[in-house]
Parts: sequence; C-alpha cells; structure tokens
Amino acid sequence: MPFGNTHNKMKMNYSAEQEFPDLSQHNNHMAKVLTPEMYAQLRDKETPSGFTLDDVIQTGVDNPGHPFIMTVGCVAGDEETYEVFRDLMDPIIEDRHGGYKPDDKHKTDLDPENLQGGDDLDPNYVLSSRVRTGRSIRGFCLPPHCSRGERRAIEDLSIQSLDALDGDLKGRYYALKNMTEEEQQQLIDDHFLFDKPVSPLLLASGMARDWPDGRGIWHNDNKTFLVWVNEEDHLRVISMQKGGNMREVFTRFCTGLTKIESLFKERSHEFMWNEHLGYVLTCPSNLGTGLRAGVHVKLPNLSKHELFGEVLKRLRLQKRGTGGVDTAAVGGVFDISNADRLGFSEVELVQMVVDGVNLLVDMEKRLEAGDAVDDLMPEQK
Amino acid sequence: MASSFSRVLSSKRNVGILSVVGGSLTAGFLLHRQHVNAGAPGRRLYPASAEYPDLRKHNNCMASHLTPAIYAKLCDKATPSGYTLDQAIQTGVDNPGHPFIKTVGMVAGDEESYQVFADLLDPVIKERHNGYDPQTMKHPTDLDASKLQSGHFDERYVLSSRVRTGRSIRGLSLPPACTRAERREVERVVVDALAGLKGDLAGRYYSLSQMTDQEQQQLIDDHFLFDKPVSPLLTCAGMARDWPDARGIWHNNDKTFLIWVNEEDHTRVISMEKGGNMKRVFDRFCRGLKEVEHLIHERGWEFMWNERLGYILTCPSNLGTGLRAGVHVKLPLLSKDPRFSKILDNLRLQKRGTGGVDTAAVGGTFDISNLDRLGQSEVQLVQTVVDGVNYLVECEKRLEKGQDIKVPSPIKQFK
Repeated sequence: MPFGNTHNKMKMNYSAEQEFPDLSQHNNHMAKVLTPEMYAQLRDKETPSGFTLDDVIQTGVDNPGHPFIMTVGCVAGDEETYEVFRDLMDPIIEDRHGGYKPDDKHKTDLDPENLQGGDDLDPNYVLSSRVRTGRSIRGFCLPPHCSRGERRAIEDLSIQSLDALDGDLKGRYYALKNMTEEEQQQLIDDHFLFDKPVSPLLLASGMARDWPDGRGIWHNDNKTFLVWVNEEDHLRVISMQKGGNMREVFTRFCTGLTKIESLFKERSHEFMWNEHLGYVLTCPSNLGTGLRAGVHVKLPNLSKHELFGEVLKRLRLQKRGTGGVDTAAVGGVFDISNADRLGFSEVELVQMVVDGVNLLVDMEKRLEAGDAVDDLMPEQK
Repeated sequence: MASSFSRVLSSKRNVGILSVVGGSLTAGFLLHRQHVNAGAPGRRLYPASAEYPDLRKHNNCMASHLTPAIYAKLCDKATPSGYTLDQAIQTGVDNPGHPFIKTVGMVAGDEESYQVFADLLDPVIKERHNGYDPQTMKHPTDLDASKLQSGHFDERYVLSSRVRTGRSIRGLSLPPACTRAERREVERVVVDALAGLKGDLAGRYYSLSQMTDQEQQQLIDDHFLFDKPVSPLLTCAGMARDWPDARGIWHNNDKTFLIWVNEEDHTRVISMEKGGNMKRVFDRFCRGLKEVEHLIHERGWEFMWNERLGYILTCPSNLGTGLRAGVHVKLPLLSKDPRFSKILDNLRLQKRGTGGVDTAAVGGTFDISNLDRLGQSEVQLVQTVVDGVNYLVECEKRLEKGQDIKVPSPIKQFK
C-alpha cells in the first residue's frame, strides 16, 4: 500500500493508456517486460492483501536505471504477488536468472555434508568468508506492503524464535529503536549495524516506512551468526568469520537456518517456499536460494589481468568492492561471490564459490611467480 | 461536503470519471464515490492499538495531536478516492522532526481528507495557524490588488519582490495520492488554460521530461527550474512518484509570472521582479490568478476552495491564502540588533536566508515574508508585508544615522 491510491479502484476511471507509465528512458527488467497490453490486463488485479500492479512496479518507474547495470525494477508485497502477477514476474525472472522457465523446479539443499572440501581456502589470500540469505514468514506481507502491526508481529515472532537458540548459536536481539549508545557503537565496530536504507531503489518501494519501528539485529555471542529483522526482507541470515574456512561458515549457516526454521514451526509459522521459486523474498533477484556466498580475497595481480572478467564469468562468480554492492575494491582486495541465486541449490552455489576461489588463488600465485595462467582457464560452468 | 459536491456536479467535465459511469451522470458519479467509500480501506488484521505509530521521539504537529483514541477512530476511514489516515500521517511518522523546528507531519491526499480526517487535521491546523479554528471561523479571500496601500519600497534596500501561492484543481487527487493519469490530467488542464493568457502574461510551458538541454540551462540561469524533491518530508509522502512524468514549468515571456505544475501542489503560482515594486508584483499576481481561474472555468473546472479553509493545498501549512509575499532586503545593522527577532515577531514577519527556507542570510541580505497564511486575506497579508518592510527599512536608516529604534506593538492576528 505504500503511497498514493495505487491500490484502489479509482484509477480504473482512467484508461490503461492514460495510466501507463512513461518508460522511454528506462533500463530495468520491469521496463523491458511491461507492455501496454500487459499493463491493461493486470492493472485491476490485486493480491488478497491488496497489493496492486502499480505497487509492484513503482520502484522501477521511479528509478529508470543505469545503462550498464540492469536493476530488477519491481518488488513483491506478499507471497501471492508472484502468482497474481506471474505474467509480469515470469519473464523478469527468466531474464534475471539465466533463462529460468516458468515450469522449472528449484532444488533446495541445506546439507553441509554434501559440500566437498572448502575448509582450507588459503588464508594468505582469503581474508574472510561469509554466507547470507533471506527468509520470509508465510502469512505476512513483505516489507514494501506490511503495516506497522504486521511488522511488529514479525519482529516479536523472530525474537521469540531466536531467543530459543542455544549452544554456539546463543545470542541476543538489539531493537534499532531501543539500543543504547554503547550498543550502537559496538554494532558499528563489529560491522553488524544496518542503517535506514538510502538507496532510492528501496525507498521508492516503501520498505523504509516507519523506520526504525520493528527493526533490529540479532547476533550470537561469538559474533559469527547474525540475523537482520525487517530490513529489506523479513529476515536476513548471515554466517561469517575471518579466514578461509568456508566449510565451517556454511555448516553453521545450514545448522542455524534449519534450527530457526524448526523454532518458527514450533510456533506454527513456516517460511515462504515453493518448488518452483524456492524461498520467496521481496526482490525477484533473491528468489531460489537467496544465497550469496562470498570471500574477501587478495587478487592484486589477477585483477589487473585482461582475462579476469572472463574467468569470473566462466566460474559464475561476480566481483564487488569490499564495502559490498556498488563499492570499489581497495588495495586489490575483492569481494568474490556466486552470481546465481535460482536454479542451483545452496550446496551447488557454495561449491562453485569454493572451487572458483581456489582456482583464482592458484592463478594469483602463478602471476606472482611471473608465469602464465592461460592453461588454467576453466570451461564455462 | 454537499456544497463541494454540487459545485463539482454543476461544472462541465469531459474526464473519465463521469464518462465511465454512464446512465444519469450525476447519480452515477455520487453512486460510484459512495461505493468506493464503503469498500475502503480493505483488510485490517490487527487492532488499532497494534498499528498505532511510535511517536515518542517525535516533534511535529501530527504527533502532538494524534492520540491513540483519535487513531482508533479514524484508522478505518477513507476518503471517497480511498486515501487513508495511515497514508496522511506517513510523512510525520517517518520524519520525527527537529527540536527547534516543528514541522506539520501530515498531508492531504485530496480535498475530502480535510473533512474525513478533521478530528486530527483541525487541531493540527489550529496549532499551526496560531489558534485558527476551522470549526468556528471563516477565512476571507480578497484578491483585489487595488486595495493595497503604497507598496513601492526603497530600492536602495529592497532588491527584489515576490508573491507566491498554490492552487489545486477540484476533482483531482493531490500529489501524495494522485495516479499517473490524474497527474497528467492536472497538467493538461493547467497547460491548456495557461495557453489562453495574453498580453504581458503570455508565455509558454516547459515539460520536465521533454525540455532540451538549452531550455534546461536557461531555466536554471533564470532560477526557475525546480528539481525532484529530495527532502524526506516530501518523498515520504509519495509526492515524488513517477518523476518527472507530468511535471513542468510555465512562465510568461517577461519572466515575471511563473507556474510550477505538479511539484508539491497541483500548481504553484509566482509573481516576481527585481526591485521594490511590490504593488506591481501583487497586481500581476492577482490579475494572473483571476485570469487563470477564468480560463479553467471556461473548460468546466474550478479550484479547491471552501469558506472554512480557503484554498485547499497539500500541506495544511499552506491553507487559506497559501500566500507568501516577500522581499530580499538589506538590513546589515538591524539584523545585528538584539531586538530584530522581536520586531519581526510583532510585525508578523519571518526571516529566511536568500536561498529560501532553511538557508542562511548572506551579507546582511534577508528574505522577509509574512508568517501567516490562514485567517487573513491576500490583501491583508501583503499589506502586512508592505507595512512591515517599510518599518524595517526605516529602522535600518535610523540605525545608520545613529538614532534609536522602537519595537512596534504586536499587530492583531485575526482581523
């Protein structure tokens, strides 16, 4: 419902043509897919909670995009968005997720035993390892659409479940609106604190409404397992530690997620999931696994090599600066992670990162020694 | 409510609302609005107490007056177009405010918001407009510029003169709530009417989405171009949706009469020129407004207005006249005098920097304008500015000569 009267029927007094957005300057997935005919067909539909087509596309209308970077340009307000507006969502998903078809099935695999190796990424090069994903609680509206009451209920439920975690996962919750100055500073120093979104991509979809009400951060005492509540998604779950033991990070990730899921089930709630889209999240780009497994790795020589981009592409990896998305690399240290989210299982994606990063480090060592790397070039995965 | 509806129904309109309904147009129109009213606002899974916003850290007019009881009473209501309380207050929830500057903290999505949410808006209006009570008082409208006495300032001190206001087109939702088609309709109606202006008011329209680079540069150089709002007070209310669709700037060839389309309000109307001839600025302002109103009447439209609240605009702070009449004036000595603020207060004037609201003064030059908007007419408010600025310039001259100045007695608020 974020803004305006986009959710009500008064706009039906105008023709579809009169309401159709001007997308002539736009470069995002939504703008590529949304035709006037599609708009006419879908504009009077709503999900059971009242989320409309105009709600779905508002962020893409307000943010024309970048010639080089294709943003998605739409969001879901609830689980049913992906069904009610499938005529729009399916082609966007296909385009964004490497040809994923409307009748494809997505495999979920959170068994860390299925991962081969991954415990010994060279710590001389790999500075830290991290895996993140998101989860949505079935029956509640997503951040663009939820009311204050819903958001608070999501927070309460999350706190209850997370408080029941024990062992090395035991921890505590810090509500954004209640934290003390010291707590806040500590969370900043730990690089855990998230702030009110400033990206117009997020603001335009209504995700930042009522900030900081209902938002908070939970982390375990060891500071290796972290959950964000009500930021871009209901939950963002992060497992991380210094060094190259991705296996340990992933194991804790899977154990933690599985535990959290069962704690929610004990309270009669489940995560949004189906066999076509996997885990359902706010942004279509995070469907499937919602998983980004990555490392901070030193590649000063390889990153200057002309084949760097091609290697990453073949390994199905992407690079970012060490500040995260849309930042630049500092001192030859890159954030390297899986490019895919949907159509591969969690284990498969982490395996790609493990194998890929090992190869990248080998190539870096070759270049250090002054040797060529051409023979190490992989096949396209 | 009934009187505003009958005014709408009496005008000829060729817009979608009436054409879709069919049958007897008037009955159909009323019927349709009733139906939407009954259906809105949709699901409510949680009780009002679970939805009530956390306003403990807030300092704005909305937060001061939105009690849990008022919230519970109004949270299930909606205007005929479906605008809800949660939408009206969102900007105030998202922007807690500043300890020194009390913002309004809510907006209207349409004309009916001021009635449907009166239990909250009336106390907000009363606080913001220094005690004006919409329940009992009437707002005077007077655009007869000939009534203005003097109004030629000493140009050794007054560098420029300007009057601005806003106008909303009745029957179309306001910027926080309008659909793209409604916003385009506002643009069409206004631009169509402005094309009928003649003589010194003749001019042209520059659509934001279609202007050329040269046109854009010229408008920037003239200080006419407005940009997408960045203030969270505005963006949180949804006013910047679909930017720059259906937004634009119209100005006359002389560059003394300027209209912004679909920025914070349907229209913002500005009359301005260098120098101290406030009389001419106000004369053009009134003439231009009346001409535009006449042109839209010809096409079956009218401005949102009623005798309780005067001209209806998006922000409650701009109700009544929506008028800010001001000058850029050099007061280097007076501005350093400790009595400056008190003098301004008593004259019912406010100071701003020469960049407009929330800017600092440069070189002793201030933007001085009227404080009030509602409860006094346009003529009265501009007269207040004329009399007040004349007094300030007199003070400055006396201080220059080493003479003392007096703090004037406070002038009466509601005349």
